[in-house]
Amino acid sequence: MKDYTELSCLQLDALREIGNIGAGNAATALAQMVQAKIDMSVPEVNILPFDDVPKLVGGADVPVCGLYFAVSGSITGSILFMLPIERANLLVDMVLGRNNGETAAGISGDLEASVIMEVGNIISGTYLNALSCFTQLRLLTSVPALATDMAGAILNGVLAQVGGVVDDVLVLKTMFTREDRDIVGHFFMMPDSESLSTILQALGVNC
Amino acid sequence: MENIIQVGMAELKIATAPNKLLTAGLGSCIGICVCSPAHQFGVLAHIMLPSSTQSKRAHNKAKFADTAVDLIMEEMIKKGANVSKIYAKIAGGAQMFKFVGESSIMNIGQRNALAVEEHLKRIGIKIVATDTGGNFGRTIVFDPKTGDLKIRTIGHGERTI
Repeated sequence: MKDYTELSCLQLDALREIGNIGAGNAATALAQMVQAKIDMSVPEVNILPFDDVPKLVGGADVPVCGLYFAVSGSITGSILFMLPIERANLLVDMVLGRNNGETAAGISGDLEASVIMEVGNIISGTYLNALSCFTQLRLLTSVPALATDMAGAILNGVLAQVGGVVDDVLVLKTMFTREDRDIVGHFFMMPDSESLSTILQALGVNC
Repeated sequence: MENIIQVGMAELKIATAPNKLLTAGLGSCIGICVCSPAHQFGVLAHIMLPSSTQSKRAHNKAKFADTAVDLIMEEMIKKGANVSKIYAKIAGGAQMFKFVGESSIMNIGQRNALAVEEHLKRIGIKIVATDTGGNFGRTIVFDPKTGDLKIRTIGHGERTI
């Protein structure tokens, strides 16, 4: 597999199914954590030029809270969980049992940062666990790295990692929402291009 | 009528006054702005990586510091700029994440900044102002009329260099 554009419909469907299983489990974990109903969007499989990736979260200069995880094991790749800043604050409120709006100053304190990182840990861990059970691949994540800034700036370094090899990136995107209204965050799984055939083989669609 | 021309990740664009060039959300990437004051003409390249030589796929010249600088020079010469009078301003090259394990994502911003400076020097374009490093994103607007480079950040102030 040299290029994402060579993927067939069947292969894209298989990748979407990965997103479905991973995100479904992650949504359940998130719901238990915040004790609220969490819905998830139908996962999108996007093959995008770098410049279009920030548009998925509303533009390159939109302020977001971003969590990055490096994926290693049988495959390599990146996981990014991005939330609008005010949503990140609400998430902290929910987890810590504070009143809505109490965490107003942003993710500045150590406690708030820890909460967000832990939420990210659980979401990405659950996602990869589900994926691992389904594909029998060994998947590990790094500790989380947190940044609160412009979406484009956060994506830069992550995309630069694969930028030497490809011009497009495969993004499995899922949106988590709370009780049909509040967007909680965008979850991106970006397998490296070299790992694509490993994933497709594990899914039995490597042809 | 003044237009603001958007420059995306790994893109290079050209503008003549009164038009301006904008690139949003620079993290570890660098915005290289080169201005020909006599022509009020400017180029902005949004590079992602320090070198094309380690890349298996280097056809997009605006993506790498080394090839982008060459491309900027070509554009300047094409427009008839006096190459001894042109100058550069650069911004970006931050390290957005505090900790990312062993990965080379760690210092990509710093490596980008060093490479841009090195290649501008190689080709003989003078750098008159820089705003690089830190751990925050930058949105920049470059005005070829004045050569001003306006930098906006979230929580780290606004400045013009």
